[in-house]
Amino acid sequence: MDVTPFIVLSAILFTIGCVGVLTRRNAIVVFMCVELMLNASNLALVTFSRANGNLEGQIAAFFVMVVAAAEVVVGLAIIMTIFRTRRSASVDDASLLKY
Amino acid sequence: MKFTAPHIEYDLVAPILIVLGVAVLGVLIEAAVPRVHRYLVQTVLAAVGIVAAIVAAVLVLNRIHPRAENPKPGFLSAEGALAIDGPTLYAWLLILGLALLGVLLFAERRLEGGVTAFAGQAAALPGTEAEREASAKGLEHTEVFPLLMFAVAGMLMFPAANDLLTLFVALEVLSLPLYLLCGLARRRRLLSQEAALKYFMLGAFSSGFFVYGIALVYGYAGSMRFERIADAVAAGAGSHALLLGGMGLVAVGLLFKVGAAPFHTWTPDVYQGAPTPVTAFMAAATKVAAFGALLRLFYVAFGADRWDWRPMFWVVAILTMVVGSVLALSQTDVKRLLAYSSIAHAGFLLTGFLGARSLGDIHAGDINPVQAVLFYVTTYGLTTMAAFALVTVVRDAGGEATHLSRWAGLGKESPLVAGSFAFLLLGMAGIPLTSGFTGKWAVFASALSANAWPVVIVAVLMSAVAAYFYVRIIVVMFFADPVGDGPTVAVPSIMTSAVIAVGVAATLVLGVFPGPLLDMLGRTAEFIR
Repeated sequence: MDVTPFIVLSAILFTIGCVGVLTRRNAIVVFMCVELMLNASNLALVTFSRANGNLEGQIAAFFVMVVAAAEVVVGLAIIMTIFRTRRSASVDDASLLKY
Repeated sequence: MKFTAPHIEYDLVAPILIVLGVAVLGVLIEAAVPRVHRYLVQTVLAAVGIVAAIVAAVLVLNRIHPRAENPKPGFLSAEGALAIDGPTLYAWLLILGLALLGVLLFAERRLEGGVTAFAGQAAALPGTEAEREASAKGLEHTEVFPLLMFAVAGMLMFPAANDLLTLFVALEVLSLPLYLLCGLARRRRLLSQEAALKYFMLGAFSSGFFVYGIALVYGYAGSMRFERIADAVAAGAGSHALLLGGMGLVAVGLLFKVGAAPFHTWTPDVYQGAPTPVTAFMAAATKVAAFGALLRLFYVAFGADRWDWRPMFWVVAILTMVVGSVLALSQTDVKRLLAYSSIAHAGFLLTGFLGARSLGDIHAGDINPVQAVLFYVTTYGLTTMAAFALVTVVRDAGGEATHLSRWAGLGKESPLVAGSFAFLLLGMAGIPLTSGFTGKWAVFASALSANAWPVVIVAVLMSAVAAYFYVRIIVVMFFADPVGDGPTVAVPSIMTSAVIAVGVAATLVLGVFPGPLLDMLGRTAEFIR
């Protein structure tokens, strides 16, 4: 099986996520872009798992999903708190700490 | 298909299991025990749990010497997912020791007048009636103790992880509780919440890179296990581009945790905004865990390819030392200044890390890089912990007085506090007869024996720059006139005092008699695979 198309697709998804994190302002959207990066990694893991002929990559993909779910819990809690305090979820507004 | 249950050596991994068990028990206590008793129960449980884990780790330590039935200096445990060897056990004992000091700082109540330094009710908005009501009732979040224990469990797994997946899970288990702890300060809650947001966003971003790096390395080596990756790297099989990309991306994730430039930008903000007990614990223990993991991953798994990764770490080490030392010069906030100083220390630790060379090139009596890094991180951890503990006792009406101008004339107000802080700063600067000097000597010797002399020259220059800003604080404390209504030095309970005393004593003892610890590390600093 030629894995190149799948890896290229995962690289494209990873790049979209990465650019999104760097350019978007809303904390929720930034966070969704991080999830896109993790899912791009999952695609790469599963593809390599197929190419290598063992299951380690697929198992890792499950762990990444579980960890991503845990990260959502913590992340949304933090974003919620900051939104309730500041009435804004923009990552540019939280700028008391600098220099 | 027949399912075979994995074989877990419960006695070997007992320290991790004890800490995790205590964390889960702590969550149950939040549900079952009445509010008035929770503080006492949680504190005692956390402290007892850590002591039990230390005892378990010492019992394992006595078993890892090579012997007939196990010729290697350690064990692969849990189906090879965890490597229990000398460096792991040393990191465990150090992390558990720092965690015990962390529990003492978390439990400090006298400084805030009968409550802990954590938010009374994190859900109550800052500056509202609900918040005032929560503080009037004397509420406090005792959930911080279970969160701390979860973070400690992740930190114990991190340097022991022997495959990439365990490494990733450990990274997240140690990070997620820390993100929450950062946002739970009682005072200056906007800063604290902002710190949590920044730490979380950047941490999640860096773990995205880390996972993609894992995928690429897996694609290259066909396995997550460090020993199989090492075999693949030594054989030079597969696409070299995958390996280089994978190593780079995995390094991003680890260097972020270490706080090395150019992935350091979160460090000052988070160290300043987080509650000071959390900063103290995080600054010390995360570095131990992250450097343990960095050493194992790059020495065991990628060791055969060090000609490829060494230039990258040269650049990162130099950049980290320069950024940390130079930016610290213009800081006016004590916590922020200590954060930049911790970035500079990460650079010095990376200098020691560059001493990587093949085992045949290490002569008897040489400082080997693992020994140097573990020694430096010990001195750094204990000194930093005590320094942040001292920050918590200099207070005014608004809480901790962290602005440097408020520290003017502290030497007249309280010679003991100012003197201890000055001594710790001299330790960080690396003045002889303090632990910092021995640590710096060890990492420089390690780097020199691997011919990384340009990095050592930069390191020596940056030590001089760093000494300038440390001495500047000492001058402010002792030779500047106190400002009117300056901060008062609060008398802490025995717990914070104990942390400060341990840190100061360690800085002195490891500076005057570093021999025993260095020798012990020299004997145990060998990774198994």
